[in-house]
Amino acid sequence: MTAPFGRRLCEVAESKPSGGYRIFSLFDRAGPVPEPGQFYMLATADSWGEGGGRPFLPRAISVAETAPAKAGIRLDFLIEGVGPGTDRLCELEAGEGVWVTGPLGNSFSTPKEVNPDSAGAILVGGGIGIAPLAIWRRHLVEQGIPLRVLLGFRNQEHSGGLNELFCSGGSLCPDVRLASEDGHAGHQGYVTDLLATMLAGDDAGTAVVYSCGPPAMLEAVRAMCDDGGVDCELAMESPMACGFGACFGCAVPKPDGGYMRLCVDGPVVRGDAVAEVAHA
Amino acid sequence: MPELCGIELAHPVINASGTYDAIAARKVFGDQLLEEFPFSAFVSKTITPEPRAGNEPQRIWETPGGMLNSIGLPNKGLEGFLAEDLPQLAELPVPLIVSVMATDREGFARMVEAVAERDEVAGIELNVSCPNVHSGLIVGEQPAETEALMKTLRPLTDKPLIVKLTPNIADPGSVAVAAEEGGADSVSLINTLKGSAIDPSTGAPALAAGHGGLSGPAVRPIALQQLRAVRSVASLPVIGMGGISSGADAGEFLAAGASLVAVGTENFRDPRAGSRIAKELQIAAGAGSLPLPVLDLD
Repeated sequence: MTAPFGRRLCEVAESKPSGGYRIFSLFDRAGPVPEPGQFYMLATADSWGEGGGRPFLPRAISVAETAPAKAGIRLDFLIEGVGPGTDRLCELEAGEGVWVTGPLGNSFSTPKEVNPDSAGAILVGGGIGIAPLAIWRRHLVEQGIPLRVLLGFRNQEHSGGLNELFCSGGSLCPDVRLASEDGHAGHQGYVTDLLATMLAGDDAGTAVVYSCGPPAMLEAVRAMCDDGGVDCELAMESPMACGFGACFGCAVPKPDGGYMRLCVDGPVVRGDAVAEVAHA
Repeated sequence: MPELCGIELAHPVINASGTYDAIAARKVFGDQLLEEFPFSAFVSKTITPEPRAGNEPQRIWETPGGMLNSIGLPNKGLEGFLAEDLPQLAELPVPLIVSVMATDREGFARMVEAVAERDEVAGIELNVSCPNVHSGLIVGEQPAETEALMKTLRPLTDKPLIVKLTPNIADPGSVAVAAEEGGADSVSLINTLKGSAIDPSTGAPALAAGHGGLSGPAVRPIALQQLRAVRSVASLPVIGMGGISSGADAGEFLAAGASLVAVGTENFRDPRAGSRIAKELQIAAGAGSLPLPVLDLD
């Protein structure tokens, strides 16, 4: 599947706060339905790079969910304001215009595609990284693939998106387990504690792990899967100016030397296809 | 009809080397890229004699009105380029200019000979923003080095040779004159300006290499003045670039004496920036609303 060539103007359908994050939706009348794990380059039509300031470059944001909408599709994004670009995206109001390029990058593979002997999926998300796992979870459920979802948060503020993306009828989806560093919900500690317990169980050997979250969490997941001989796919992030292979900024080291471009070779990468996930 | 050293072009907007990977873009956007190709000629990423992995991340950093990059010229090397990339770039619907770099004259000569003999290649751009391993001097910062390099390369091909000038010197005109006297057909300017940024979260340089090249609208006035400086002393055609984001910007470069313009960083924000800018230029020129000679863009 290819993306429409160039950027297109999409209208903001809705933008609302969720914890310390925001969720906003765009109407996309021209693009194909995105695959789980794919991302878009987003820049607001107004107040973006004008007057020679920042933000200047579009921002790469994973799609959290999509659904049919009038004359096209709806695209949902989970946003945390951490700099001039994401701060501007957090200010979006219904009716505003957003320049959209995409869907870009690759997508998650089903457990059977990763490993023909696999029996199910374990999704491991942290913070803002829960976003691509929401659309992936829905696809897995629709395909009847057994799954467990482990989500971790620093605190309640950083659990934005949980209610909108992983709850049904006001309560947490039954396959979801939580961890929080401050103990406000679920296991007090890291989400990787839950993963460790799960990988110690009988079914671990036949599961495929899918993960997205802060680099330190991703590296912990990658290392645990590597140690346990468990296949995993990581949805990664890297500084990206263009999203379509032009800028070579999003270089990620490969285990055998050299670099991949995360925008065209990712953002979903097999755990054994990356060197250690760089983290501060 | 705009032209580049005798090659007729559909419009005056091409890409800056290293800012568009047409092979990757075709995978992302499909054949629509070819049907609506944004540039009237395509300049490849710089290739070097041997493969290069490129620099360690962090490679890019957004700055006010632009960005810093220290990509490090990742490429497959001459052999890999000729075998794998050139056949794919030959499918583009526009003339192909190949950018080459080497660390000595012999290396440059080998690159130019190997690339020029391929029918798919219309012209060659020489990236001289690198040190000569023998002298330790950046070729493009030294008029004498530039002229000597051109005198080595000129006899090797009749195809257009374009020297990409560095802006990181006080007198770019002197290097343009040296390139012209050495037999260059054209010069292109500007390459990126040396710059750095500090990551406020660490207090350390934002780029792993410590410094990088600044591009984007922030550099445009500097690029225009360097273009004027070159124009005032050299008579060869100039490809102007540096922060061009709109037809109005491109018009300024044409008014200042550029024969063609190149779009770089704006491609990252808008994958069709080249055709958009060509269209904006055409409309503005037709309306007489830019200070430039009316160009026939059809």
